Amino acid sequence: MSDIVLYTVLTLTLLGALSAVILYFVARKFHVEEDPRIDQVEEVLPHANCGGCGYPGCRPFAEACVKADSLDDLYCPVGGNDVMAKVAEILGLEAVTAEPRVAVIRCQGSFEHRPRTSRYEGAESCAVAHALYTGDTDCPYGCLGLGDCVRACDFEALFMDEKTGLPYVIDENCVACGACVEACPRDIIELRKRNKKDRKIYVACINEEKGGVARQYCDVACIGCSKCFQVCEFDAITMGNNLAFIDSDACKLCRKCVVVCPTHSILEINFPPRKERKKDDQPAAKKVTAAKEKKAIGKNGETQEGERSEEKKEG
Amino acid sequence: MQKIKTFPKGGVHPPEHKLSAGRPIEVLPPGGRVVVPVVQHIGAPAEPVVQRGDEVKVGQLLAKSSGYVSANVHSPVSGKVFRIDKRFDASGYKRTSVIIDVEGDDWLPEIDRSETLVREITAAREEILARIQEAGIVGMGGATFPSHVKLNVPRGKKAELLIINGVECEPYLTADHRLMLERGEELLVGTRILMKALGVDRAVIGIENNKPDAIEHLSRLTAAEEGITVQPLKVKYPQGGEKQLIKAVTGREVPSGGLPIDVGVVVHNVGTTVAAYEAVQKNKPLIERVVTVTGKSLAKPSNFLVRIGTPISALVDAAGGLPDDTGKVVLGGPMMGKAVARLDIPVTKGISGVLLIPDAEAHRRPYQACIRCARCVSVCPMGLEPYLLMDLGVHERFERARDERVMDCIECGSCSYICPADRPLLDYIRLDKLRVGEMIRKAKQAVK
Repeated sequence: MSDIVLYTVLTLTLLGALSAVILYFVARKFHVEEDPRIDQVEEVLPHANCGGCGYPGCRPFAEACVKADSLDDLYCPVGGNDVMAKVAEILGLEAVTAEPRVAVIRCQGSFEHRPRTSRYEGAESCAVAHALYTGDTDCPYGCLGLGDCVRACDFEALFMDEKTGLPYVIDENCVACGACVEACPRDIIELRKRNKKDRKIYVACINEEKGGVARQYCDVACIGCSKCFQVCEFDAITMGNNLAFIDSDACKLCRKCVVVCPTHSILEINFPPRKERKKDDQPAAKKVTAAKEKKAIGKNGETQEGERSEEKKEG
Repeated sequence: MQKIKTFPKGGVHPPEHKLSAGRPIEVLPPGGRVVVPVVQHIGAPAEPVVQRGDEVKVGQLLAKSSGYVSANVHSPVSGKVFRIDKRFDASGYKRTSVIIDVEGDDWLPEIDRSETLVREITAAREEILARIQEAGIVGMGGATFPSHVKLNVPRGKKAELLIINGVECEPYLTADHRLMLERGEELLVGTRILMKALGVDRAVIGIENNKPDAIEHLSRLTAAEEGITVQPLKVKYPQGGEKQLIKAVTGREVPSGGLPIDVGVVVHNVGTTVAAYEAVQKNKPLIERVVTVTGKSLAKPSNFLVRIGTPISALVDAAGGLPDDTGKVVLGGPMMGKAVARLDIPVTKGISGVLLIPDAEAHRRPYQACIRCARCVSVCPMGLEPYLLMDLGVHERFERARDERVMDCIECGSCSYICPADRPLLDYIRLDKLRVGEMIRKAKQAVK
């Protein structure tokens, strides 16, 4: 009995030792020299594996960075300039900087603005619905509201608003990886320059049909009237396909276009409230006006002056 | 009586509901405003050759085909071109259409409108092909593939057999059934024409045996015809699918990714065959078709001979008006047809039926988890695994879907029909096919 145990232990120990020796030499023989910088670069990357850089994940991106002679075409949108600076430092290359970007939804066709003309009962997928028909509204360009973009987002930056039937972006979470842009079958989502305090001005419509037709589907469609184009002092707006487009790099956020838009299809987001809006019946707005009036009275009759300077500060 | 055949793999048998089978074809006169889309076929869009304000006659060319796989579009009415603009059609989107205000019914003089049957086929093979191409004939079973392409046998291949598809396996639809009963003689001359065009000496008309009157009628007519036989088939959906029909009639299997001509067979629908007769013998382009208007609550389920471009609302009105309980309007049959969101869309070459489904039956049930019962696998006539293809679609694994032969899917919907968990199998399989199709096209372009 004890013999069996002894032999078994001996045999297995010998086998193990023999295998270890063989494996040692094999490992030596077929050793792959890997650039240690790949590990270093991968270490500083965000490990989101989102594919926003165009590579399947962070490691392939790190390999590409190490192989490349310059970082011109390589950029990690999630890590941004900080991470790219670290990568450049490791590799001894010049860092590339890019403006941080953020996703915007270029459709305002909420339940309120865009009447529903049918009921969609198919699979919960924008891609499926897009292949079938215009969706539950008649607009062939607008958001289908089935959430392909929300499902594509790995960063909890996109959610569906039950009240409007449209997705909305949480600016702080958005890393501009572009997954939602890819997922949207109607190309509604665009990556735009991230401005100070996440301020945004953009045309929230991509309907290329003539104004009258577009308005049949949706109250807030861009009708291509080019009023915004005429009022823009910075040549940031271009007209084409019955649509206005605001170039986020050229836009100086002056908000003039927003006022002239007859269909309210240009959105201003994260701006302080305007003067005009303070005259509304909202209680909050009233308070501000009241406070200002007091100030103005204090200045003894220079009411108009006071208001004007206030406006300038906020603008 | 001959042996009743069918295809061996998969298939389902939904309730037939052929409500309008006993109703003769009624001619619906043109009127009002018609909308004629320039794309009513698979392939390149036809290019409009008329302009706003032009006076057109019945049969006049409206849009010219812009390539080999494309089809002419002719004016179905006489009148004035109101404008050329985008209008909603069965695709669910707006597409370029010629809109005509109907005035009178003035036909081009070269079209033979008499009812006399012209039996003798004087046209040579090339002439037949040219006339069918000129007449803008496409597959009228629903696929709308340009017929002249199918009739032109590619070099190195040989057609041995023509199959005329009178199966009409979709529930509710009776348009082909009525055509076979009422225009059997023209159908047979049409069959001879197609046989001549293909250079074959044998043709089989496949009919499911839920249409015994059509089988009997055509059997009697074909008794004197050499080379043309009628083949009764067991009722099973999707027997009207080209590949299923070939398998049922000949036992041959079209290889994966192949065409019927690879096994020496060409299939044409009954409607297409009659249209070919009219094009070749009567010089009449494809400007009208038989449409079944049906539904359980509809006052008068009917078969109408209507001009292309007539809004489906006119058809519904002629059949007794839209029932109050209508929950869904489907163009085509209930299995493969497409629900539409509006009634102002026009009849096109591929629309075989308008089905009004009562609200109680119209809606999908919420779907549940797959219970791995494999019923979808057992009913798939192409031997695919629909549950797997759906999952691949959901998770966007389209390369794998391609390897699982998703492109072989004929979109018959048997899987969605049979699924006890009401899963949207076909929805995602269509998405697979769309993406895989894009992938294949990209790969082809890269090779070029």
